[in-house]
Amino acid sequence: MTDRPLTQHIDLSRPPYDLAQYEDVGGYAGARKVITEMTPAQGLEILKDSGLRGRGGAGFPTGVKWSFVPMYNTPAPTKYIVANADEMEPGTFKDRLLMEGCPHLLVEGMIVGAYILQANIGYIFIRGEYIEAAQLLNEAIAECRKKGYLGERILGGDWSFELHVHTSAGRYICGEETALLNSLEGKRATPRAKPPFPQVSGLWGRPTIVNNVETLCNLPQIVLLGADWFKQLSLTDDAGTKLYGVSGRVNTPGCWELPMGTSARELIERHAGGMCDGYQLKTFLPGGGSTPLLLPEHLDTPMDYTHIGKLGSRLGTGTVIVIDDQVDFIGALKNLEHFFSQESCGFCTPCRDGLPWVEKALHNIECGSGSRADLDWLRRATWMLNMGNTFCAHAPGAMGPLDSALKFFPDEFERRLP
Amino acid sequence: MAKIIVDGKQYQVPDGNNLLHTCLSLGLNLPYFCWHPCLGSVGACRQCAVKQYQNDGDERGRIVMACMTPAADGTRISLEDPQAKDFRAGIIELLMTNHPHDCPVCEEGGECHLQDMTEMSGHTFRSYAQTKRTHRNQYLGPFINHEMNRCIACYRCVRYYQDYAGGDDLQMLGAHHHVYFGRHCDGTLESPFSGNLVEVCPTGVFTDKTFSQDYTRKWDLQSAPSVCQHCALGCNTSPGERYGRLKRIVNRYHSDINGYFLCDRGRFGYGFVNAEQRPRQVVQRAGDNSGQQAQIAAQSAATEAVSTLLQQSDAMAIGSPRASLENNFALLHSIGPQRFCPGLSDAEQTLLETAAAIYRQPDIGIPSPADIERADTIIILGEDIINTAPVLALKVRQAVRNLAKALAGGAGIPDWQDAAVQELAQQRRNPLIQLTFGATALDPIAAVNGSRAPEDIARLGFAIAHGLDSEAPPVSDLTAADSELVAQICALLKAAQRPLIISGSSLLSAAVLQAAANIAKALSRKLDAPCPLHQCLPECNSLGAVLLQEPGSSPPLERVLEGIESGAVRRLLVMENDLYRRLDSERLERALDKLEQLLVIDHQWTPTAAKADWVLPAASFAEAEGTLINSEGRAQRFFAVFPASADIRPAWQWLDSGAWDNIDALTRACAASRAPLATIVEAAPPAAFRRPGQQVPRMPHRYSGRTAIRANIQVSEPRQTPDPMSALGFTMEGDATGLPPALRPASWAPGWNSNQSIHKFQQEINGPLVGGPSGVRLLDDQFNVAEATWFSAVPAAFQLSGPALQPVPLYHIFGSEELSQLAAPIRARQADDYIALHPDDAAALQIGAADGVNFRAGGREFCVAVRLRADIPAGTVGLPMGLGGICAATLSQPLALSRAFDWQPPLGAGNANVFASDSGAAL
Repeated sequence: MTDRPLTQHIDLSRPPYDLAQYEDVGGYAGARKVITEMTPAQGLEILKDSGLRGRGGAGFPTGVKWSFVPMYNTPAPTKYIVANADEMEPGTFKDRLLMEGCPHLLVEGMIVGAYILQANIGYIFIRGEYIEAAQLLNEAIAECRKKGYLGERILGGDWSFELHVHTSAGRYICGEETALLNSLEGKRATPRAKPPFPQVSGLWGRPTIVNNVETLCNLPQIVLLGADWFKQLSLTDDAGTKLYGVSGRVNTPGCWELPMGTSARELIERHAGGMCDGYQLKTFLPGGGSTPLLLPEHLDTPMDYTHIGKLGSRLGTGTVIVIDDQVDFIGALKNLEHFFSQESCGFCTPCRDGLPWVEKALHNIECGSGSRADLDWLRRATWMLNMGNTFCAHAPGAMGPLDSALKFFPDEFERRLP
Repeated sequence: MAKIIVDGKQYQVPDGNNLLHTCLSLGLNLPYFCWHPCLGSVGACRQCAVKQYQNDGDERGRIVMACMTPAADGTRISLEDPQAKDFRAGIIELLMTNHPHDCPVCEEGGECHLQDMTEMSGHTFRSYAQTKRTHRNQYLGPFINHEMNRCIACYRCVRYYQDYAGGDDLQMLGAHHHVYFGRHCDGTLESPFSGNLVEVCPTGVFTDKTFSQDYTRKWDLQSAPSVCQHCALGCNTSPGERYGRLKRIVNRYHSDINGYFLCDRGRFGYGFVNAEQRPRQVVQRAGDNSGQQAQIAAQSAATEAVSTLLQQSDAMAIGSPRASLENNFALLHSIGPQRFCPGLSDAEQTLLETAAAIYRQPDIGIPSPADIERADTIIILGEDIINTAPVLALKVRQAVRNLAKALAGGAGIPDWQDAAVQELAQQRRNPLIQLTFGATALDPIAAVNGSRAPEDIARLGFAIAHGLDSEAPPVSDLTAADSELVAQICALLKAAQRPLIISGSSLLSAAVLQAAANIAKALSRKLDAPCPLHQCLPECNSLGAVLLQEPGSSPPLERVLEGIESGAVRRLLVMENDLYRRLDSERLERALDKLEQLLVIDHQWTPTAAKADWVLPAASFAEAEGTLINSEGRAQRFFAVFPASADIRPAWQWLDSGAWDNIDALTRACAASRAPLATIVEAAPPAAFRRPGQQVPRMPHRYSGRTAIRANIQVSEPRQTPDPMSALGFTMEGDATGLPPALRPASWAPGWNSNQSIHKFQQEINGPLVGGPSGVRLLDDQFNVAEATWFSAVPAAFQLSGPALQPVPLYHIFGSEELSQLAAPIRARQADDYIALHPDDAAALQIGAADGVNFRAGGREFCVAVRLRADIPAGTVGLPMGLGGICAATLSQPLALSRAFDWQPPLGAGNANVFASDSGAAL
């Protein structure tokens, strides 16, 4: 039994496995098992037991989310499963590793998931710049179609499933699941109000599940090896392994599959080879651009949803962005807010009109032309643009780093006022 | 009912609404932008934030958007919570970061929802000191200005334009704070309902171009309650005037008719009132016919001429379906019923009398336009409603969307959750069945579209009735395809809970009206209740013209012509009617030439007026009171907006000024003349109505310049112009509160200067106005009821006989109606003259798409362009009514067309009706 269910077949020094090679190392055993030996309900039960939490950033328990999808008696109306491969979170490059390293794993994960949901159509909504990954996935899908893992009456059963790759035209907000669905329908990528949740009224008004690539890639091994095995992979109560990454001024930035709950210190010091010479760790974003900052004192906290949440931050995508002591801190923050400001969909007022003002205020402070009013606005923005006040989580996400920066490093701002 | 607590006060409210809707219905003030009573909630602007508390113990609460939160039983909220107020002011501040400080030069200033909401939220000091984003504006056609820098991105325009009105050329473009609401390139907005953007936009992005070219602030406009004159629906309007010029028309809410919206013809077609060439003085032509010379004659000589004419035994008088009931009745009364013609051709009169008789059938109910919105299956027989009764098309669009609300209800989604409702339903709609002549703009949302010649539409209608109820007369020799179509339509109608039928007179076919009536009758047996049937009629008072006399008793225009030709009629008085639009022009010309005296009372220089010995200037709808009966049989009163100038008088006052003291006496006499008209006096309060001793002011209390305007002449303030004709005064003095809806000139409430103030006058949001819907429905009463019978005159199938083609009328919202056609912006949208041919017929005649054709019809020669349309039946030729002199008389005979070898397409900028998107990137 492997302790690296996600990356066991990934070796970037060679091309990824084709279908035959993947089957030789045990590929599609999970799919075969769930389709031929389990009912959808049994599959869902294992998923719930496994404690798998969504790897896209929110960490919502996958089994619970899936249990809201209505199960029909035949003839079943269309249901959809969508892989969110629109990996655009700043500092995040984990799904790319999975899709470029072992495309068949995602395809198998979607087949397993679709069977459990009794979905008939699947989409992989992939970031437009992931050209190689999209090509590899399309090849994998073509192989599966030929082999009968996709198409009509899969493995001789009653269930049919078709899978498509959809290349995104490129907006950060497409990573928000409801905006993704609008985009997939050919509409503007504007998030939708919830309720109704996509599980009930999703793609084209039909029940739909959207999950992150990493989440779906866990499925084959979970159904094959069981919930208990999955739980014991973790160091903490949040089950499984996690793809962690580190970027910033470290010696060997990268992405590794490690037990859930590995500490940031171990990530940075052991796997990323420590800080570059002459640089000190000042602060870090634990899981992408929209997660509140953490301090060196938090380095030993296990990196899982629960522990990082208790610190007032979020595990997010689990890809750490290291900010060192010599970077222009306000400049880095402005750069981040510029990204969020540009990527606002423009639907709700606080996000559309608030983020550009945040960016401009930070710009003033960075240039030394800031004023007390700019700083007052930044503080006010962290409240105005907070969760619940905006239409979706985009602006609150953008406020995460700003809010924590104002809390942890007030002097950085004060110092720059003329 | 649910119990909710707002700021510690308990309210009983209806279930199922959101908190914003509920609070506004309770009369509470809560600012909002993206929500609109007709468009539901999307939660975009975040302006209507309130504090919601989980329970009595919860003192912290959390901010929620009122528009997105159900007003469920036990909900506890605070509008006054300091944090919620701070948040709302903060949202305004954010909206203002990009909004220019151009209120003094903005057309919206003074009636701007954004100004009102800014005031309401208390955002008074701006701390934003950065640059604003700027946009390039677009040319959007002759109706609408575009000033995108003022945009606060509330998304109402596109939601109205696309989702509500079905347009697709106004879009949201761009992203983040650069979102742009416009077209993909400059060009005319294609929707015939684009004018509503002016009222939907909460600020000055979309403004009325015709208004800004002749601009006055809202508070300086004198207004009166009015009724649209440009089709038979009777949409309520509020025209505004200053300096003796009609400046604009805006919507006046009527829950049963137009709701919040008008069509562009009704909104922008008012130019004829201000026309330079309008007759304003009495004109008399002296001398013989060869050397005509017009001279301005004294008013007294004119009245003398009228009364002399009326007394002559060889005189006849012609009324008009575009004139008020009062004017028609006064004429009828003055000359006597034997010598009065209501101004309709034989065919028109038969049609309208058929329609009126159908409305009196006991198994037929008459839906108001708003009822159409509530139907679950609609069948349209013969009407291109977007061009003949435009606002009805908006209602039909909402009716087909109702399936989405029903589906949402089943899924536990409240119907005001606009985006979610649409998402769930996708393309699923309530069935709309259209059997029309040619394709219509509603085709894309219809479940069944059939394009047929009028006879075949009627035959299908009769067959559908028979398919629904075997007692209805059958139709023999239907083709297999038609039988299948009939079966398909019957299945849809049988499955309907709330079916509704729309037919009308536009195809000039009584058989179509009767077939629709048979369907209604068949359905009424299934429903065990009268089945709603709406009949579209041609003009604003068409129904009034036929209700004025017993059916069959009044002579049609052809009788008058025969009288002239035989020499029995030698004098003619024509009131507000252009006979050239109704009769063979050659024959008419000869007849008019033969007359000893022709006297025309009209407010326009029509071709008929051009032939007259006397032209007496009549008041238009903007200068006189009157009653119109709309196509649902509702009598509605319109009021003068401003006093008539020069010699202009209401037509009835030219007839016999002694007979009636004021219009109320005339209305009463008219009501007493026939049982169906008995209640028309109730359409609005009488002239004696007073609100504490004073008339209702037409001017708002902020009307400016009253004492200064004529200070160069006389510094003392003149007496206000008295208005003995109505309860309204040409004044700003008086109490404008608590008015019955029929007398409210414009909508205004403290703190609500924009049209959004209307909710202060509704019983609840989207409900009837306080005081009830205005107007009085005449045809619901039992005494009108005729005997229920099947119509059995099934016409023969349409067959091509010989090389001549059968003419069938086509309609254009811009161009087919007489008065709006006189307004420059409407003319700018009018199509070039053309006729429509099926490609097969064109090929047989060796006519190509770039050719012109010659033909002779209705006493005229025509040489016009050809449009090839495969959607009209072969063997027919589509004639656009009103364009290039095409009128009902053009349709009387099959047409022999020939290719016009010397024809050239019109020079100039080309067809103004061609949209920029069609001409591509060349712009």
